[in-house]
Amino acid sequence: MTIQTTIQKEDSMIVQKEMIAGHFEKLAKAGETGKKVVYTFVPGNLNELIRAFDMLPVHPEVNALQSGMRKLSGGYIQEAEKSGHSEDVCAYVKSDLGMLKKGNVGPTGLPLPEPDLLLLSYTGCFTFLKWFELLKAEYGCRVVMLHIPYQAEGKITQEMRDYVTRQIEEVVVPALEEVSGKKLDRGRLEDMLASSARAEELLVDIWNSAKNKPSPIDAYFGGVFYIGPIFTAFRGLPECEDYYRMLKAEVDDRIARKQGPVTPDGEMSQQKYRIVVEGPPNWTSFRDFWKIFADEGVVMVASTYTKVGGLYESGFRHDPKRPLESLGEYCLGCYTNHSLPARVKILQDYIEDFDADGFLINSIKSCNSFSAGQLLMMREVEKRTGRAGGFIETDLVDPRYFSAANIRNRLESYFQMIDARRAGA
Amino acid sequence: MESCYAGIDLGSTTTKAVILDSHERVLGRGITNSRSNYELACQIAREEAEIDARFVVLSHYLERTGSIRQHREALMAHLSSYYSLAHYLRQLEALREECLGARARWRCSEDDAGKICEAVVFIFEAMEKEAPGEFQPEKLSKTDFFRDLASSAYMRLAEQVSIKRSIPFGRLIGLFDGAILQVENRSFAGDFESYLELARLKTLEEPRFAPYGDEISAAVAATVGVPFNVINTVGTGYGRLTLPFAKQQIRSEILCHGLGAHFMFPKTRTVLDIGGQDTKAIQIDEKGIVTAFQMNDRCAAGCGRYLGYIADEMNMGVHQLGPMAMQSKKTVRINSTCTVFAGAELRERLALGERREDILAGLHRAIILRAMSLLARSGGVSDEFTFTGGVARNEAATSALKKLIFENYGDMTINISHDSIYTGAIGAALFAKRDPRGVMADLEISKLKTKKKAPREIAGAAGA
Repeated sequence: MTIQTTIQKEDSMIVQKEMIAGHFEKLAKAGETGKKVVYTFVPGNLNELIRAFDMLPVHPEVNALQSGMRKLSGGYIQEAEKSGHSEDVCAYVKSDLGMLKKGNVGPTGLPLPEPDLLLLSYTGCFTFLKWFELLKAEYGCRVVMLHIPYQAEGKITQEMRDYVTRQIEEVVVPALEEVSGKKLDRGRLEDMLASSARAEELLVDIWNSAKNKPSPIDAYFGGVFYIGPIFTAFRGLPECEDYYRMLKAEVDDRIARKQGPVTPDGEMSQQKYRIVVEGPPNWTSFRDFWKIFADEGVVMVASTYTKVGGLYESGFRHDPKRPLESLGEYCLGCYTNHSLPARVKILQDYIEDFDADGFLINSIKSCNSFSAGQLLMMREVEKRTGRAGGFIETDLVDPRYFSAANIRNRLESYFQMIDARRAGA
Repeated sequence: MESCYAGIDLGSTTTKAVILDSHERVLGRGITNSRSNYELACQIAREEAEIDARFVVLSHYLERTGSIRQHREALMAHLSSYYSLAHYLRQLEALREECLGARARWRCSEDDAGKICEAVVFIFEAMEKEAPGEFQPEKLSKTDFFRDLASSAYMRLAEQVSIKRSIPFGRLIGLFDGAILQVENRSFAGDFESYLELARLKTLEEPRFAPYGDEISAAVAATVGVPFNVINTVGTGYGRLTLPFAKQQIRSEILCHGLGAHFMFPKTRTVLDIGGQDTKAIQIDEKGIVTAFQMNDRCAAGCGRYLGYIADEMNMGVHQLGPMAMQSKKTVRINSTCTVFAGAELRERLALGERREDILAGLHRAIILRAMSLLARSGGVSDEFTFTGGVARNEAATSALKKLIFENYGDMTINISHDSIYTGAIGAALFAKRDPRGVMADLEISKLKTKKKAPREIAGAAGA
């Protein structure tokens, strides 16, 4: 029985790995097959549209995080710094540029193709904009940038929706048609959007499973794998839906068995703390970082980073009946495009809905999109929920900014603080 | 002896131990340099705390002895000073042996080696003669550390000797640097009884105590062998993970400082602790439970080590920085947030003709400004505010802090205790009491070592 369960748990991971490997193989052969390549970013990506044109997406920040996990980003960053990028520039950018300078070999060891188009669908991160300017200088290819208004009022208005939809209609679609040499097949796009909505529904169920005690998932360390297919090259494709069906079955099975998530050291037996996390993880020491939490019996029940591509729990779904408008809404809805008060409310809701003991902010040195205002958010969330807030600082993929001893030290204090508050003495 | 509880704070610079009795009263405190050997530092601090506790027991004994009760305070001051003197002289003797013992490795002619030996012997003889002046009963010791006391005396004397005898100053300093590490890595508490015996003899030389000779001797004899039943120990601080503490016997320094500050000043709501490499801003509730905290990240500029570095740069002892900065007439602005760059800034200011005391005042203000930023990040400062850690002993730092707290948060009660360096260890001991789970055999020093040294030998060295 145990063996069967173990195999079942790993199935979705194996499938995802195969999906990713297959995609990178296609990218490596793009030159031979004549497939056009679009570089784009995860937040608010227009994957269905790109795929409707039979084009292949590349996500530079995903490559950077994979380089971080494979311990290559340090060298890439140094390479980028040699060409003049300052120590304070986003580590994702430097890792990507360093990788490019060192031959542009992707995370699976296969060469990455050059872009035929740079498509920026979220301009809330100013760094993205500059990143593509740099890539344009390297590749000299066409660039399309969508202007995405910030949700300053904490909501998406019809004007904002119309403004972005018009840009997709009038600028993005013509550019994709031109680069791919194909007309947009609206029927195909709608089918993909319907598939996306089904996968999104499944993912919401998976996130909500963390309301169980014990939680069958770790919504942060495990969650970053769960968002792989839907936030990158696969949303809208049948294999993406299949992946989430399989994952949900695994999670349901764990709920039935009252089992916790599988950590790097095996299944978590005791869940002492239920924590909500704000901010991306550190990738260069991902396993060690996770282990610090797993060793303490911490399960992450909700996280904002895993909503970086888009929030589905608020009800948003890609909609085949409003194809371009729902794509535009998706661009507007990514997590970092929310105002600080809205982000505070998201954290507050997570803490309350998932009955968390506290929340932790992992503040990223080189990511202003995420980090600006986090201390203010922390205070406000503490005030509203009365739960303990913890604050640590690391970086995305710059190994120089991960000090395990210091982080462990702070986290131990944080967990003991929760214990003391529980004990009331 | 009734049950007691120990807390050990293994800081990056110093290791502190506190022993509490079952009524949560502080029985003893001990402190030593952490060096790189936490296990030894832990042992030495524990031994010192036990010795200190014995003095407390002795004091209680005298309190109950009617005939000498009115002299108790003066008597304890004498016993304690003479005890410290004997201990210091024993360490000095070991230091001299280490300095001279390295002769075989000196790369120089026999003649030169002879000259160096004579100089070293001269320096140590002078240090021994000066020692009683440092341990006067009516005088508070400037520092708890042998290194600080020995090095300032040695440096001063070595400078004079090197000029008079044409011996390179660096050569003499090199000998000291090598030897002090060896001496610091040894425990001298094994001679406890002989130091106390010397202290008793020296004290009885005082005419006012002489009539009570029998009572004093009886009190010393009764307390010297009192066993301490330490039933639980909790470790905290930077080095806690390097020791064989069980997980339930470890508490983070944040919690310990919070609880320790609450113990010392029950109305505390905000705690600032500046230690060797950590600055902690902690908010606590009315029970001493931590509600929020912030620690310095990535960089330890502005911590105690910063002062150590600056002291080295200025060729001074770290305990001399505060008093000198207090002489300042104006504050020189030091902008650097990096310890090493602050050193560069310091040299530049000196070259520009600024006075050392004014520059030092600026450096102390720079440290506190960094702490203020951390306090703001942790949620600000609430009344009452308690300042702890080694840096809280530095009067220039506390003066800058009081000023900046007033400017930023208004008038409030600021608590600073001379014993604030023990805050974390007190918190750890309180946790030990609240969660007693058994004795830590490896660290339990229920009996001091019995190695004895003849009192007269020490007395002779003291030039008494």
